[in-house]
Amino acid sequence: MSTMTLVRPEAARAAVEPAPRFTDLLAAEWIKLRSLRSTYWVLALASLVAIVVNINAVHSDLTYIDHPPARLPGFPPFRYDPLYHGLGDIACYLTAIAAGSLGAITVFGEYTTGLIRTTFAAVPDRRGVIAAKVLLIGGITALAGAVVSAVSFFATNAMLASRHVGLSITEGVSLRAVLAYAAIVPVCALIGMALGALLRHATASIVSLVLLFFILPLMFGGDRYRWLHEIGSHLPLSTVGRLTYNPDSSTTTSKWAPSVLDSWITMGVWAAVAVAVTVVVVRRRDV
Amino acid sequence: MIEIERLTKRYGATTAVDQLTCTVRPGTVTGFLGPNGAGKSTTLRMILGLNTPTEGGVTVDGVPFAGRPRGLRHVGALLDAGDVHGGRSARAHLSALARSNRIPLSRVDEALAEVGLGKAAGRRIGGYSLGMKQRLGIAGALLGDPPVLLFDEPLNGLDPEGVLWVRGLFRRLADEGRTVFVSSHMMAEMEHTADRLIVIGRGRLIADESLAAFSARHAESSVAVRTPELAPLAEVLRVEGAEVEVVEPQFGVVTGLPAARIGELALRHGLVLHELAARTSSLESAFMSLTAHSVEYAAGEAR
Repeated sequence: MSTMTLVRPEAARAAVEPAPRFTDLLAAEWIKLRSLRSTYWVLALASLVAIVVNINAVHSDLTYIDHPPARLPGFPPFRYDPLYHGLGDIACYLTAIAAGSLGAITVFGEYTTGLIRTTFAAVPDRRGVIAAKVLLIGGITALAGAVVSAVSFFATNAMLASRHVGLSITEGVSLRAVLAYAAIVPVCALIGMALGALLRHATASIVSLVLLFFILPLMFGGDRYRWLHEIGSHLPLSTVGRLTYNPDSSTTTSKWAPSVLDSWITMGVWAAVAVAVTVVVVRRRDV
Repeated sequence: MIEIERLTKRYGATTAVDQLTCTVRPGTVTGFLGPNGAGKSTTLRMILGLNTPTEGGVTVDGVPFAGRPRGLRHVGALLDAGDVHGGRSARAHLSALARSNRIPLSRVDEALAEVGLGKAAGRRIGGYSLGMKQRLGIAGALLGDPPVLLFDEPLNGLDPEGVLWVRGLFRRLADEGRTVFVSSHMMAEMEHTADRLIVIGRGRLIADESLAAFSARHAESSVAVRTPELAPLAEVLRVEGAEVEVVEPQFGVVTGLPAARIGELALRHGLVLHELAARTSSLESAFMSLTAHSVEYAAGEAR
């Protein structure tokens, strides 16, 4: 056993407490995130796979661009849409679920292990703790989203340049599409945090994420009832579809498709509500 | 100093803590005793602001703990050794705690060395034994060098060497003028650790006094007597005001007179004694009989 004295005598202890800083909480959360390899690996791996999926999708399409299918009577000529293929749904779903899971894990992970009690005993300012978590997870997933979106866009359009169908970032709706494709990733992470805080249970959090992201959109589709359709088009991942939609393509949209502004606001509202739920629930509940 | 005032916590129809009022003073090790489910952990969580009281309140050094922006320099707490993430190393766990409170990271290795985890600092906590996790929890409580320390069942899982070390540590912390509040459901543990006792049962206060006063009040002494002439001896002793319980025809248990006095009385009356043994019931059994009837004790009546 060490003979070192950890505990200093009374006199030395009277030293003034340094002023609390938010950056300390941010740094502490960063240490926590960094010291659990599995969590950030999920995000890094999903981002890499998403980029590969997008590049591969466009790469496989090159043959079809070189040998376009015969024109069908009554339809406009085949036109390749670099946004639809280069910023694809599969990669978007992959990063969405990875970011959502990461967000959920960072919250329910503290509750299911009991670490939350140690955390709040050390920092009674719960709002500070959760704000630091939100900022850190939001920031990291925003970075991942930006990388996936930008790399996918520039790599695929560089490949398409030789076929003269590639887009530049300043052309058409390219910039908007790239921004939306990136922004949905942190929004999903924040939704994951809210579900993790509400449910405080691993399986329940992940299942509810899958329901919200993938199952609900299937239930609120259709062209029969407008109100059902409106619910569907205001779900989190529906916003990306609308914001990356290229009006210069031959793809059609629903007659009730929301406006671009509507979809941006929807995305923002999801993020804001998720943060509010997380903060309120974590502050109010006993741990 | 921890001041608990009419503290009450109800979960639906269940009352976990019921109008608890007591004060935990600095410079002593105060044992917080009660059977499982008595409300000890709930009380400790309310002290730390982790649970919100239904009624009443509690302050630490005059301030509700939940109102402080950072806690480690005010209260060090080990609630449950399992309140950690098994995937992190001890060093990473303590580094995050220290960083959040602006405590220099050099304290982390100091604290780990102090509790004897210096060599295991880089290992995943998930692979630790319960005793090692208790040591890690104690290291976390000591990080901020706080004037108030709370420990919930800290001796669980510790080996005998660890128990001795923890007792020495608590003594030293109290001698330095700190408030040390240690919960346990075993009187035997507290007998050698605490100076004062706060005993609760079913959420209510049963006793709040020094360990010495508690033993004087609750530990009954009796004398076992073996004699072929039990009936006449019992007669003599009863006249002297003692109570005699006849266990066997030649064996009885006497309460109310010391062994020396019984011997003298037997000699004076010419009665033969084969055995005379003083017995002191343990504090553990006193505690058990006290808490077994905890419902009959209203908070004020125990005094």
